[in-house]
Amino acid sequence: MTTYIGTATSRIDGHAKVTGTAKYAAEFNAPHLAHASVVGSTIARGRIARIDTSRARSVPGVLAVLTHQNRPPMASDDSAYKDDVAPEGAPFRPLYNDRILFSDQPVALVVAEEPEIARLAASLVRVEYHVDLHVTDVHRQRHSTFALEPVERLDDNPFAPPPPRGQPEHSLASADMRHRAEYFVPIEHHNPMELYASTVVFEDEGRLTIYDKTQGVQNVQRYVASVFELDPSHVRVMSPFVGGAFGSGLRPQYQVVLAVLASLSLKRSVRLVLTRQQMYGLGYRPAMLQEIELGINAHGALAAITHEATTVTSQHENYYRQETGWSGLLYRSEHARYAHKLARLDLATSCDMRAPSAATAVYALECAMDELAVALKLDPLELRLRCYSERDQHNDRPYSSKGLRDCYRRGAEAFGWSERSPEPRSMRDGTELVGWGMATGVWEALQVPIAVRIALTANGHAEIACATSDIGTGTYTIMAQVAADMLGLPLDNITVRIGDSTLPQSPVEGGSWIAASVSNGIATTAQAIRAELLHLAKAVPGSPLRDLAPDDVVLLDGRLVSKRDAAHAVSIADVMRHGGVDRIEQEKTASFHHTGAHSHNTHSAVFAEVKVDEQIGIIRVTRVVSAVAGGRILNAKTARSQIMGGVVWGIGMALHEETLIDHTFGRIMNADIAEYHVPVNADVHDIEVIFVDEPDGIVNPLGIKGLGEIGIVGVAAAIANAVHHATGKRVRDLPITLDKLQR
Amino acid sequence: MTRTSPQGRAEDGISLPEKLPVAITVNGVARQLRLAPWTTLLDALRDHLGLTGTKKGCDHGQCGACTVLVDGRRINSCLALAVMQDGASVTTIEGLASNGVLHALQQAFIDHDAFQCGYCTPGQICSAAGLLAEGRAGSAEEIRELMSGNICRCGAYPNIVAAIQQAMGQP
Amino acid sequence: MIGFQYSRAQDVADAVRQIAAEPSAKFIAGGTNLIDLMKQDVERPSRLIDISRLPLRSVEETASGGLRIGALVPNADLAYHPLIAQRYPMLASSILAGASAQLRNMASTGGNLLQRTRCYYFYDTATPCNKRVPGSGCSAIAGLNRMHAILGTSESCIATHPSDMCVALVALDATVHVAGPAGARVIAFADFHRLPGDEPQRDTTLQDGEIVTAVELPERGFSAHYTYLKIRDRLSYAFALVSVAAGLELEGDRIKDARLALGGVAHKPWRDPTAETALRGQPASQATFASAATILLRDAKGYEHNRFKIDLARRAIVRALTQAAAGTPQLQSSKKIA
Repeated sequence: MTTYIGTATSRIDGHAKVTGTAKYAAEFNAPHLAHASVVGSTIARGRIARIDTSRARSVPGVLAVLTHQNRPPMASDDSAYKDDVAPEGAPFRPLYNDRILFSDQPVALVVAEEPEIARLAASLVRVEYHVDLHVTDVHRQRHSTFALEPVERLDDNPFAPPPPRGQPEHSLASADMRHRAEYFVPIEHHNPMELYASTVVFEDEGRLTIYDKTQGVQNVQRYVASVFELDPSHVRVMSPFVGGAFGSGLRPQYQVVLAVLASLSLKRSVRLVLTRQQMYGLGYRPAMLQEIELGINAHGALAAITHEATTVTSQHENYYRQETGWSGLLYRSEHARYAHKLARLDLATSCDMRAPSAATAVYALECAMDELAVALKLDPLELRLRCYSERDQHNDRPYSSKGLRDCYRRGAEAFGWSERSPEPRSMRDGTELVGWGMATGVWEALQVPIAVRIALTANGHAEIACATSDIGTGTYTIMAQVAADMLGLPLDNITVRIGDSTLPQSPVEGGSWIAASVSNGIATTAQAIRAELLHLAKAVPGSPLRDLAPDDVVLLDGRLVSKRDAAHAVSIADVMRHGGVDRIEQEKTASFHHTGAHSHNTHSAVFAEVKVDEQIGIIRVTRVVSAVAGGRILNAKTARSQIMGGVVWGIGMALHEETLIDHTFGRIMNADIAEYHVPVNADVHDIEVIFVDEPDGIVNPLGIKGLGEIGIVGVAAAIANAVHHATGKRVRDLPITLDKLQR
Repeated sequence: MTRTSPQGRAEDGISLPEKLPVAITVNGVARQLRLAPWTTLLDALRDHLGLTGTKKGCDHGQCGACTVLVDGRRINSCLALAVMQDGASVTTIEGLASNGVLHALQQAFIDHDAFQCGYCTPGQICSAAGLLAEGRAGSAEEIRELMSGNICRCGAYPNIVAAIQQAMGQP
Repeated sequence: MIGFQYSRAQDVADAVRQIAAEPSAKFIAGGTNLIDLMKQDVERPSRLIDISRLPLRSVEETASGGLRIGALVPNADLAYHPLIAQRYPMLASSILAGASAQLRNMASTGGNLLQRTRCYYFYDTATPCNKRVPGSGCSAIAGLNRMHAILGTSESCIATHPSDMCVALVALDATVHVAGPAGARVIAFADFHRLPGDEPQRDTTLQDGEIVTAVELPERGFSAHYTYLKIRDRLSYAFALVSVAAGLELEGDRIKDARLALGGVAHKPWRDPTAETALRGQPASQATFASAATILLRDAKGYEHNRFKIDLARRAIVRALTQAAAGTPQLQSSKKIA
């Protein structure tokens, strides 16, 4: 029964969030809490020659100044620093040795009685460096890259370039029309609103409770225990609320290491809050260069695709995702070839950021498709329909569901696409040129093993527990909705506990995989609860359910009811009372057996309207319609918000966001949120979200696909294409600032 | 090449500033504090009064998460020194509901899903309360402009505008 | 942030006395820029002298038909003051183009004049900057200079002044009233901010120990034909790439008098009387506006990333003068350019 699933239910954590009672990592307290402040490197590459902490230590109230020379012991092997989602390579070890790997890398940690004292003392630490030459410019490094090996089968490494198919060079040479261009997306930073912070509570026998800003409490718990060689049962990590993360909190960040170092060193509770500037020394979306070539035959179908990408990683780790394969996946093309190279820069390691690789690669692909449509004098939507792919050509298999045609149709209708005048610069509103652009979006419908514990009490309340997190995605709420329906209870009778490493196993919260995984986890565990109740119910003399199997009954309105005859029912309270239990508890792990018979993806069609002042070049995104095929929608309200947020991110990606590095100093110069521009309220106008009906009984029993990433994919391309339609100017390097329209 | 960081510049005699008495009324309650001059109103609220509903998102007046009402006006509490607020009346997110009944803006934010992660939310709501008191915003366009000092990285802006319109009694 | 002392000034004379006794002290009023810079360790005053309670919060009409604005009048109060809105809407508009509602509630009139540049290198103590550490070098000239100046630059500094309000004030011929150890004096607004030359550490012509007490507006407010047009990288809450304050007095379709000033392009709000002279007596036409722009920008010099500003400024000047002449000033809440 679905009383709650699919409805526009308000967030169950809404009250806590609007009243200020929701507590984030820096907001937990402990007796004798000390405060830490980080000293960051001013060079990008080299070694620490000498650190003089004497002046810092002389400040009254300073408890310690930790450096690589006097810190407590840390593990000496790379493997100890490998968190659950670490890429290949040697992870960065904060305060480990004298090596400087990136600018603003922590080189010392001041711990003091008060945060202001720590901050003052941090400014007094004197560091001398042996400076080595650094490289932070991807354009300079693009010819000193190394190539990733393509794989025979994507299952072997889903992030490697997919195997080629056909004879792309030959096919391109004989194509009726070719389009080749290079696209660029700069480094972007996540900039969640909450500052990265850890509050480490030092308890009896050196037990640590760590309130951390993270997307994976158990990942941090394992990592901290491993790095400090602690008994894992002595480390508990909590993140009941997370003030945004967008991928930046998938890996444990350095503030948790430093806060634990300080706590172990002082045997005291310690809080460390990074500054906004220091957060630019965490991960980022890697800059990317994409060269795409498309060949098309006379009847407007793609003959060949080649997609070559260069993305950025650090000197010490190889971060990359499936950057090139999206093109040959999204469109039908007999011939395709992919290449992906990594450029090493003296920066922190790049990392996942909302729809990693798809946001950037699909931007490039969808601009290239638009350029091809313009060259063919073909409606861009019509070109996509002609190239529509019914099968995943990488793996040569069908999709479990693919509602993209519906997205195109319904999105175009809602937008009024048929009214579009094809010629660039042909639509106008007074002094503004009007542009309409569109693009496709694609993401994976991933699911991961996850455990859920349900404790049902005789009074008809249930507690649902899992070590996942809600980073703003609405996890609390959809878990409660799914549990209420699966247990046949009112929503208000459901309590959700997440963000605690002691709860049942969950992987990091990312990749849009939690909604599907945890919902099916709840269903699995609820099934066990139902079976146990049925077992108890059968013991009741004269039970109307005595001949039924667990699949023959449902939980409904506080009762166990026969599916065959609703008159056959017993109340949960009666069953439990008779069985002499006041609580039933089950913990089950949902695993997802991917048979390999189908591919699982979400899709979207994005339509954008821009208005560009003809004289000045100011671009306004006045309207966006995003039509999404994302399987079953659990909560119409929070799902819409997820997509809307992705669209806002796409607006920022298209028009505003760029991390600016001074390559002389190897330093990020706009490391704040005044000069690193993200959209403000005035930048965002009408956003319409449409969910097309996409039943999918294959992807997982509940048909859920996840929505966290798909909202951003394609948006920047739709806007860039709209800007071209408005102005006739093709800008291939993001962000599209007004000066680029003057070039 | 060896280079010395500019950190640790010579400083004459490091002594800490003296703490001063500060009397402020917070959410209707008179509070007496002793604070060093370098403590901002934001840190006074969060660290000294335990009112962590007011958020620190940038600490430089660039995001609006720290917005509170001082004597009825919305300000960025991260750029206000607490000692300079002596005698002032401060309203934070914790002071908006009365007798357990949510402020119209708080309810509207829930109704319109005007937040996701919730971190900018107290600042958005306090800013919106200031906006309503100012009475300068009628249209959606004016609300958007006058709410642009509050960044929401989750991108809930259209819902924030709708929530404010609901609280203003607009359809 | 260093550990500073704090004291309150009892009156203007006390403020002047206190700062004379401790030259490394600074005045604080709204604090929106100073506290920001102190947290960056860019500003390191030994003491903050709190002037926020001084009686400098009134807006009064002057005998000569103008207005005298107390230095502590908050930006928001000034922008919405009925006399400003009515007589000097260009000033009101410029204020509303800047910062956010919260910051405008905090920031004072005097403090707005004393804002420091937003140059990345000025803010980052790990990089050389002549304005922050005289003689250390200018990192912006060969570095990231998209936001930087195109007019009045020097080999020492290409920073811009970030204020919007000051662009309107210079266009309106305002004066700055200051008090100091040597008594009170009045500075023409155009002389208040300075070009960097070889002393970029000095933003203004204020002498040591002087305090801004008021800003005075003369009678003429160009309230019929004016605009403040701000061009930036997002639609609100960002510093100007280029901004234009324009005021015209028309006789029929002829320009009787004109005021024209630019923001975001120089170390000071940029006003050039020769451009205004070129407008006077001419028809209010695109050709006239374009030639005024050419004159105003005749010495403009771009750097690697900000060359676009020259052409952008030219277009923005023409557009702003068009708005002013048509009586269709830019509304700051409207993101469509009028």
